[in-house]
Amino acid sequence: MNRIKTTGMYELFPRSGCADSRSTHYCAGCGHGIVHKLIAEALAELQIQNETIIFNPVGCSVFGYYYWDAGNISAAHGRSPSAATGIARTLKDRVIICYQGDGDLAAIGLNSTLQAANRGEHIAVIFINNATYGMTGGQMAPTTLGGMKTLTSPFGRDPLTDGYPLHVCELINQLAAPVYIERVSVADTKRIFKARNAVFKALRIQKEGKGYAFVEIIAPCPTSLKLSPLECARFCANEMEAEFPLGCLRDKSDQPIAEAVPHQHVSAEEFFSKPDYDFEILAPVVDHACKESSMRFAGFGGQGVLTLGLWLAGAARIDRRFTTWYPSYGPEQRGGAASCSVVISGHEIGSPAADSLDLFVAMNQVAYQRFVCDVKSGGTVFVDETVPLDKKPPTDVKLVRVPAIKLAAEFDSPQSANTVMLAAIATVGNVTLRRESLLKSLEGSFRKKPGQAAANRDVFIRAEQRLKS
Amino acid sequence: MIKFLKGNEAVVVGALFAGGEVYFGYPITPASEIAHAASEWFPSVGKAFLQAECETAAISMLYGAACAGQPAITATSGPGMSLMQEGISYLAAAELPGVIVNIMRSGPGLGNIFPEQSDYNQAVKGGGHGNYKCLVLAPGNVQEMCDLTILAFQLSFKYRTPAILLADGLLGQMMESITLPHKVWSVPDTTDWSVQGTARTRGNLITSIFMNAEVQEQRNLLLKAKYATMCPDARCEIYRCEDAEIVVAAYGISSRIARTAVNLLREQSVKVGLFRPITITPFPSQQLSEVSNGRKLLVVEHSDSQFCDDVTLHILKENGRAQIPDLITRLGGVIVTVNEVIAKIKKIAAGE
Repeated sequence: MNRIKTTGMYELFPRSGCADSRSTHYCAGCGHGIVHKLIAEALAELQIQNETIIFNPVGCSVFGYYYWDAGNISAAHGRSPSAATGIARTLKDRVIICYQGDGDLAAIGLNSTLQAANRGEHIAVIFINNATYGMTGGQMAPTTLGGMKTLTSPFGRDPLTDGYPLHVCELINQLAAPVYIERVSVADTKRIFKARNAVFKALRIQKEGKGYAFVEIIAPCPTSLKLSPLECARFCANEMEAEFPLGCLRDKSDQPIAEAVPHQHVSAEEFFSKPDYDFEILAPVVDHACKESSMRFAGFGGQGVLTLGLWLAGAARIDRRFTTWYPSYGPEQRGGAASCSVVISGHEIGSPAADSLDLFVAMNQVAYQRFVCDVKSGGTVFVDETVPLDKKPPTDVKLVRVPAIKLAAEFDSPQSANTVMLAAIATVGNVTLRRESLLKSLEGSFRKKPGQAAANRDVFIRAEQRLKS
Repeated sequence: MIKFLKGNEAVVVGALFAGGEVYFGYPITPASEIAHAASEWFPSVGKAFLQAECETAAISMLYGAACAGQPAITATSGPGMSLMQEGISYLAAAELPGVIVNIMRSGPGLGNIFPEQSDYNQAVKGGGHGNYKCLVLAPGNVQEMCDLTILAFQLSFKYRTPAILLADGLLGQMMESITLPHKVWSVPDTTDWSVQGTARTRGNLITSIFMNAEVQEQRNLLLKAKYATMCPDARCEIYRCEDAEIVVAAYGISSRIARTAVNLLREQSVKVGLFRPITITPFPSQQLSEVSNGRKLLVVEHSDSQFCDDVTLHILKENGRAQIPDLITRLGGVIVTVNEVIAKIKKIAAGE
């Protein structure tokens, strides 16, 4: 037997399960073996075997790793471009190849294909178009020609029901990012030489770090098409090329590399060393004398009820209490009903979902109606003056009417009704939090907007004076 | 450093202190804050963030990064988690590390965005095809959203199998104080098995196809044997159980509600405690069987007996006899109230 060593491939193929195997698992006349060799030769010629990672598809070439002497990975059906993205985004200066068939690339994996191409991932995609599903026995592929009979188009592919043959090069050519797009064929020697150049160029683009390259290769599958190898090669050169014309659709490989500007960064330790406030917050301390207190703040989105809850939680942190904050809103997140629950305690908190309330703030009628019955005996309800009290609070609940919206408007700060409400809580609420802590929490929340910190402090103090009088 | 963070944000802190290199994800409520924080914080510390086109792509990207030995994380919720099952099966089959966060919402189908725990079986029993297990960690507070994300990476690399952080919408959205970790974890060397596009890893192969039935069976048995070695890493919290007559078993948000109920009942001299698994796979079955032995058991969960059935099975396997727990559950995003748990425990205490 003649032993011709193909560079870029293993000399023997023990991964096939046969220790001294020198033959591939492909059928006579199949195009895969030719393309495998073209890739292997390009790997060797470019001297990139050490930096190359090849994604093997699901399809006849699932065992490409029997042959290619480079890093090999099997990907799920159609997912190679996504999986390749996973490496391209974490390791630089690698040559990543996705070898894919027409089912893998153009049917189940079309989204993955187009999205990776559109992002301009630094990968070379080698697309074997043989118009059929070879591995599973010859079913219809996205690239099956009109009228072609397959196992799943026994009457011939009817474009009116099965769709038209998919032109993937032309689809990808609609996208801005790809560097190189070409369709070639391995139907005969003359074509194989052109295919060789295309594969080489796609891999060279990777070595040079230039971006996304796509090579579609028309390849014969005599077994599934039920043709002799020669007949199948003629089918590829004639019928296939009539539908899928060969040629280069784009080549920007001689243009300079477009690279994203890297983000300024620091270590994780440094990044997270910035405190929440300008002052230090210490860990909460266990204090069994401090009874757990459950609160709810409710109104429309935009009334600042979530922020009001955060101010209370912030004050609790300043006072070294344990605290939780939990928001609740509809899917729209803006403009609908909004509420949050805050729990403050002298020990580790269990449920953060306050369902038995010590304190309840209602900024509108819906909120008042929904939650007022959750207030427990001895609790306090703060209701904006504009809210009609059409529902009686439970017995032993203290009701405080607050002109929050009115005072905020009067102070020329209509968005500060929540600050007025905070002042009301500081003035008459049965919270154990210190007034200074509430004020510090309020101001501290505007650390990035000093003007607003001062304005809200002003609203808080003026509201306090008015509410006390 | 103490910070007040959302559970979802704490996951990202954990991911970065675990040495996470890359985040891939697709937005979905109530997990989106993870993507929001990751999109800013990962690049801010020199790591990669990429918004995938769908969850199938996100988990496939994670698979690719994992093949190269890169610590990668993704996060999603219900419908997205269903889409990720394909990739999770491949990760488990190819023995690859990676962290998948599921901020559980209400299902089935589109369901809603409110908290539920109904993806328990999907996470614990293997939601994808084939015989495999993922590590499953169940945080019970915002601190653990961070700490268990780090542990998920560590165990995932230790056992070379995907780890799921199984949390819920309430834990993801709530804010609580956490103490930040001090130092970033160093990911172990993976060059023995990973494919990194280097001379050292050129001969490595990552695949999960074995066309010989005996070889494929051996692969399955190898995985099974590996999963058996995970048991020593089982963790749980046993709270006020010393003299307890009734034990409540709950994880995640249900355990928070149960804890409040236990504390309030203890004030009324009701002898009740809490068993909270921190790892679900491996499950602390021995600790559960010990703590439940001779005591009445109540399960609180936000799924239709999925966790309760497992509690029953673990006790049966461990003790050789069945003990059927009482169960409180609410579905659809309705949260069990503390008072409901208290009332149930009082009934059990009274022998009703």
